[in-house]
Amino acid sequence: MNPFQPVGKAFLGFLEATGKIALFTFLSISHCARPPFYFRLLGRQMIDIGYYSLPVVGMTTLFAGMALGLQTYAGFSRFSAEGAIAKVVALGITRELGPVLAGLMVAGRIGAAMAAELGTMRVTEQIDALDTLSTNPFKYLIAPRIIAGFTMLPLLVFVGDIIGVFGGYIVSVYKLGFNPGVYISETFKVLEFVDVFSGLVKAATFGFIVTLMGCYHGYNSRGGAQGVGAATTNAVVSASILILIFNYIITELFLSA
Amino acid sequence: MTTPKIKLTDVHKRFGDKVVLDGIDLEITPGESLVIIGGSGSGKSVTLKCILGLLTPDSGTIEIDGESIVGMSGADRERVNRKFGMLFQGGALFDSLPVWENVAFGLIQGHRMNRNKAKDIALEKLAAVGLSAEVGELSPAELSGGMQKRVGLARAIATEPEIIFFDEPTTGLDPIMGDIINDLIVKCVKELGATALSITHDMASARKISDHIAMLYKGKIIWVGRTADIDHSGEPHVDQFIHGRAEGPIQMELRRL
Repeated sequence: MNPFQPVGKAFLGFLEATGKIALFTFLSISHCARPPFYFRLLGRQMIDIGYYSLPVVGMTTLFAGMALGLQTYAGFSRFSAEGAIAKVVALGITRELGPVLAGLMVAGRIGAAMAAELGTMRVTEQIDALDTLSTNPFKYLIAPRIIAGFTMLPLLVFVGDIIGVFGGYIVSVYKLGFNPGVYISETFKVLEFVDVFSGLVKAATFGFIVTLMGCYHGYNSRGGAQGVGAATTNAVVSASILILIFNYIITELFLSA
Repeated sequence: MTTPKIKLTDVHKRFGDKVVLDGIDLEITPGESLVIIGGSGSGKSVTLKCILGLLTPDSGTIEIDGESIVGMSGADRERVNRKFGMLFQGGALFDSLPVWENVAFGLIQGHRMNRNKAKDIALEKLAAVGLSAEVGELSPAELSGGMQKRVGLARAIATEPEIIFFDEPTTGLDPIMGDIINDLIVKCVKELGATALSITHDMASARKISDHIAMLYKGKIIWVGRTADIDHSGEPHVDQFIHGRAEGPIQMELRRL
């Protein structure tokens, strides 16, 4: 057997999967932009992604902000630079931790749920039923989810940013004995529009990635319960990896601009 | 000469190396009820999916009212699909919607009908299949298998389609409930004056709901005739199948132990 055969097969498989995802992405975007629009479904998805993810994202960013405050203090106190805690927490949360943690949490909560729901619809022929009822599954199932993810994640991250910065404030003021007024003024002094904006751009991108991967893997699910399980796992893993890759790319773009 | 309602000419379909449809020719005239019988894996479901546009044949033509539909997409496909009603084997009811909305789905989404008017029609159709208005408010998960089939039938006839497809309508039901579903199918198809195409391996059901029967074997139609003539078909494959004999020209692909 040719030793290069498995490598070639894997490479061709990778190209095929990339092509399928690219086509799915194109179809999804084109259906997001063209009527009919299902506003009732869009509203439901917005509530599910935006409102019901708020406790998870809020808890995550709160404790991330608190831990970041403690770690910054532990590190910076070695150089007598404790005064920079507010700045590090504000920049760390808004630029990186807020969007990345929210993206990963929503990938676990929403991406998995979407893949499981659409996967079950696929294997129980509900998606075929939509076709026979003259309803395009891309418009009815995919477009509302992707629009909701793209629009709601920035809002979630914005709220998460505030909660995360508040986490740093709690630790700094109540545990480390910082002056509350000074901490807040330092936070506002260091933050620029682009810090928050870059985080929100990341959030919108991550929202798109999470919903796209959830929809793609669920929509193409095959083979009963095992297939749905595999789709769910693949949706979360692929979304998480893509979030980390695109986080670097967007960071690079903003820093070099 | 009347234009066939459904016409398949030399339709081929394969998945990898496996040939599923090997040159299917079939004509169904308006108002006719034809049942395709055949063993598991003979290509019945693939034939149905090719007509419904859920699969694309590798070659051959499929015509609805004289219009070729292979490769049709977008608005044209939706226009053709509006002529169709479909009862899926497992019901394929949308579990996120109450029963009445399942039945009204094609009216609301496909025909853009007002929700209140669509609900009135849905309740009428539920009554036609022997279900009360209270059932309309339940979730599909709360229904028994027989009730789910009835709801599926109500959904299939809700838009008063010209062509109704039945995929294994009695599978998974006890004999009495199966006969009730058969009676409902005959009644609904007659009342609508629709053309019906069913696939089944339940001979009692096939005899009851059809005017004509076609037998599919190894991807080919090997016999077509009037239902009354099936006991004298002179075709050994058909004889073996309708009598359910293990011995005969049809050999199941069983692995010898």
